[in-house]
Amino acid sequence: MNTRIDRRTALGTALGGLAAGIAGLAGRPALADGAPIKIGELNSYSRLAAFCGPYRNAMQLAQDEINAAGGIKTIGGRPLEFVFRDDGASPGDAVRAAEELLTREKVVMLAGTFLSNVGLAVADFANQRKTLFLATEPLSDAITMAQGNPYTFRVRPSTYMQTKMIVEAVKGRGIKRWALVAPNYEYGQSAVANFKKLMKEAVPGFEVVSEQFPAFGKIDAGATVGALEQSKPDAIFNVLFAADLTAFVREGNTRGLFENRLVASLLSGEPEYMLPLGDETPEGWITTGYPWDQITNPKHQAFVKAYQAKFNDTPRLGSLLGYVVVHMIAAMLEKSGSTETDKMIAALSGLTVETVAGPVTMRALDHQSTLGAWVGETTRKGRTGSMKNWKYEDGANYMFPEAEVKAARKG
Amino acid sequence: MDLPFLVTQSLSGLASASSLFIISCGLTIVFGVTRIVNFAHGSFYMLGAYLAVSIVPRLLDLHYSLPMFLAGIVAAAVVVGLVGVVMEVVLLRRIYRAPELFQLLATFGVVLVIEDLVVTFWGPLDLMGARAPGMRGAVDILGNRFPVYQLFLIGTGVLVLALLWLLMHRTRYGVLVRAATQDREMVGALGVNQAILFTGTLFLGSFLAGLGGALQSPLIAANSHMDIAIIAEAFVVTVIGGMGSVPGAFLAALLIGQLQAFGILIVPKATLVLVFALMAVVLIVKPWGLLGRPEAPATRAAPEGIANLKPFGRVERIAAVLALGVALLLPVFGDAYLVKLGTEILIFALAAFSLNLLLGNGGIVSFGHAAYFGIGAYAAGLLAIRLGMAMLPALMLAPIVAGLFAALFGVFIVRLSGIYLAMLTLAFAQIAYAVAFQWVGLTGGDNGILGIWPPDWASGRTAYYYLVLVFAVAAIAALRHAIYAPFGATLRAARDSAVRADAIGIDVKLYRLAAFALAGAAAGLAGALYAFANGSIDPTLLAIPLSIDMLAMTLAGGIQTVIGPLVGAAAFHTAKDFFMPLTDYWRLLLGLAIIAMVLAAPQGLAGGWARLRSRFSGAPA
Repeated sequence: MNTRIDRRTALGTALGGLAAGIAGLAGRPALADGAPIKIGELNSYSRLAAFCGPYRNAMQLAQDEINAAGGIKTIGGRPLEFVFRDDGASPGDAVRAAEELLTREKVVMLAGTFLSNVGLAVADFANQRKTLFLATEPLSDAITMAQGNPYTFRVRPSTYMQTKMIVEAVKGRGIKRWALVAPNYEYGQSAVANFKKLMKEAVPGFEVVSEQFPAFGKIDAGATVGALEQSKPDAIFNVLFAADLTAFVREGNTRGLFENRLVASLLSGEPEYMLPLGDETPEGWITTGYPWDQITNPKHQAFVKAYQAKFNDTPRLGSLLGYVVVHMIAAMLEKSGSTETDKMIAALSGLTVETVAGPVTMRALDHQSTLGAWVGETTRKGRTGSMKNWKYEDGANYMFPEAEVKAARKG
Repeated sequence: MDLPFLVTQSLSGLASASSLFIISCGLTIVFGVTRIVNFAHGSFYMLGAYLAVSIVPRLLDLHYSLPMFLAGIVAAAVVVGLVGVVMEVVLLRRIYRAPELFQLLATFGVVLVIEDLVVTFWGPLDLMGARAPGMRGAVDILGNRFPVYQLFLIGTGVLVLALLWLLMHRTRYGVLVRAATQDREMVGALGVNQAILFTGTLFLGSFLAGLGGALQSPLIAANSHMDIAIIAEAFVVTVIGGMGSVPGAFLAALLIGQLQAFGILIVPKATLVLVFALMAVVLIVKPWGLLGRPEAPATRAAPEGIANLKPFGRVERIAAVLALGVALLLPVFGDAYLVKLGTEILIFALAAFSLNLLLGNGGIVSFGHAAYFGIGAYAAGLLAIRLGMAMLPALMLAPIVAGLFAALFGVFIVRLSGIYLAMLTLAFAQIAYAVAFQWVGLTGGDNGILGIWPPDWASGRTAYYYLVLVFAVAAIAALRHAIYAPFGATLRAARDSAVRADAIGIDVKLYRLAAFALAGAAAGLAGALYAFANGSIDPTLLAIPLSIDMLAMTLAGGIQTVIGPLVGAAAFHTAKDFFMPLTDYWRLLLGLAIIAMVLAAPQGLAGGWARLRSRFSGAPA
């Protein structure tokens, strides 16, 4: 552990500490020209390794590519250096790690987090310490809406955006009797609330015949499937993911829950959640995901090739996100030509970046990026799950309406 | 709801009950014989699932048949049983003479180690096990489809119950297990080889945990979070049934299975709290669980906790002054991050110290101390954000709120003792957690509440550090005074012999209630200070992992000494902070550090110091 004594604090008293703090936040230029620009990356690498491992891999890949190409040219060709820290999957540990990144590593900005409560806590911390924070993965609408702040930006499409993509994909079928199942926490509840609201507007006579909220990670699949089956819905909207999803799918397959029913399912097409399903992958679920092996965009194919060559593994959604995020940060720095927080924020607001997923713009209004998702149907290829009939949905078409943003965001 | 649905739904309940029983009966047997609260039981369950995922398909490749599948399941369970034996021989056997709670800390270290090892060996992706040949499909029950495998699980649960009954009542080993469950010291006095008895029991218990996990592998994907997901529930089953009672565990599992199957129909969002609410009700009505017996008063065992209270000697006084001096000067020689770390150590030191008022001084084991920490944090946060109260009044009111809740829960808690008391504290903590989690309108749900920052004058890291220092040192000094005062001595008397204390006219329950409220208030102050230090509150502040962290800090420092918890909090938090940035496998390192410490200093860090000191001065320990 770094126990270097900071001379400024040796002046003693409160002033010393404050000075150190301010120096940390202001993103002081590093000691020498050509020293790396440090960016603090917080994530649950240990607790949520299935997503965060590939995410970090892709970040390192992108970092190496950018540095090999001459670093950040508008800032004297200085290379990028991501400093990774585990957020312990808890807000308390995350805020402490963020403090360490700011004060000891002297990072110019923070990025990362997976869980929404962790993301929100770090966002609030960034607001307090006047530091730029790029929330990469957390989906909670609150990050850019009710709890949005001037220092926080979010990359992934939010719960609202992904739910809206699903609603757009299924509303044309005119199915009215729906059963809903979601993990019992904010993500699940807000996905269900968004779904109900959007479906009510889109499908006259929309009706919820049953709702189930199993505890996250502890689904009692038999009882949940029984309860859904009993309400005889015409379609099911599913928000379960990870271990809950596999248990739910296997039980549902055995008991015929999904036969002759439309299932709309958030995130299930992401390789992280699709791979464990294996030969149990259901046919024809409408879902958001990432069909990495079928995307023909040459830039994306080059990314997949480089990723597979370096890590001997197939990319996950986390990989795509990590890669996009690093290029976004690099583009922001090129534009700002500075690591001062105000200038970076100005550069990031409204910035459009050509990513491997297509053009992505950081909307200035709510600090939400227009990174989209691939919406399609699940299918089985041999013993593994895949997607078919998919289409990349640009997030720009699914953003919160401007009036709602203005009403929700205080600042 | 028609009849066919009621039948299949209750069969679903029976199937989960059966799985829960297989896991829990192992836990209850281990506790009955060894008195170890085995946190690693959930890890063994997880290991069973992972091993089955690896072993079963290989056997099925040789010959695709049901017997091969079953052989794979049993093989996985046997391997887990052997892992249990290794844990007993290498770790637990060396510390049977340490305080009982210390073994809990050791098993907690094992939990951390296994969690990371599993990810290392099997990778981070969830792994689905093979389905059982011939049991892939469903049968028609009154027009509804029901999975064959679930029927098989129901049968297996009953079979395990029957085999355990035979083992317990028809073999010499079983007689010894039952005897040890009733009176361990007597069994030892009669010349039974305890080492073999304990090793055998750990094998049996771990085997059952592994069997439970392996049997689940066709239903739920093996994942590295299964251990935590199951352990609390397994504890609930054993406690509702009565610790040490196998039929009790069976009954409790049946109850929980049916409650979950039908409860979710009425209140779908009750999934978080259902089992804990049931446990609270059962313990309030039947303090020893459904089929448990009152614990024999521990008259023969030496009391655990703060023993002969001595005022500080010269060495300690110098150490205390030095420690305070270091704390005062920390912002001068340390950098900004050290100040932040110091702030958190002070806060956790206060929380751990308040826990030891119960643990070491009162003999009251709380598994849910984070509840009061969290309630204090929420009280401060809600007062500041919802009512716009200034920080200082919020910091003053928060401990009062936490103390009141502690007193309210305490009324029910102090009626119990031992492990049942501990589990009721856990139940109340879980209920508080569920309220914070689900009362979104007030608490912000699991996203919590943001923007709880100190006012400008205290917002600098150093200024806030000094504020915390003042509050924490004052509160610790007050609690220490209470321990040295007649109040503390009375608590110790009640701890050492509740019967004798009662006989000389001490209202044991009233004293314990007061201690509970006082400790709750102090933990609440710590929580409030934590809320303002990090700017946000969320349900993790009331959750089981934080309660376990507090226990680990207190035990690591040593519950026999007054200042032990302070040392433990500093050591634990520093270790965590040191390991976390090093590697993704910081849990492994932290777990190994805990295990090493348990083996090296079975009295805790401060306890080890006290022993060293008495050895050199020749006085009895």
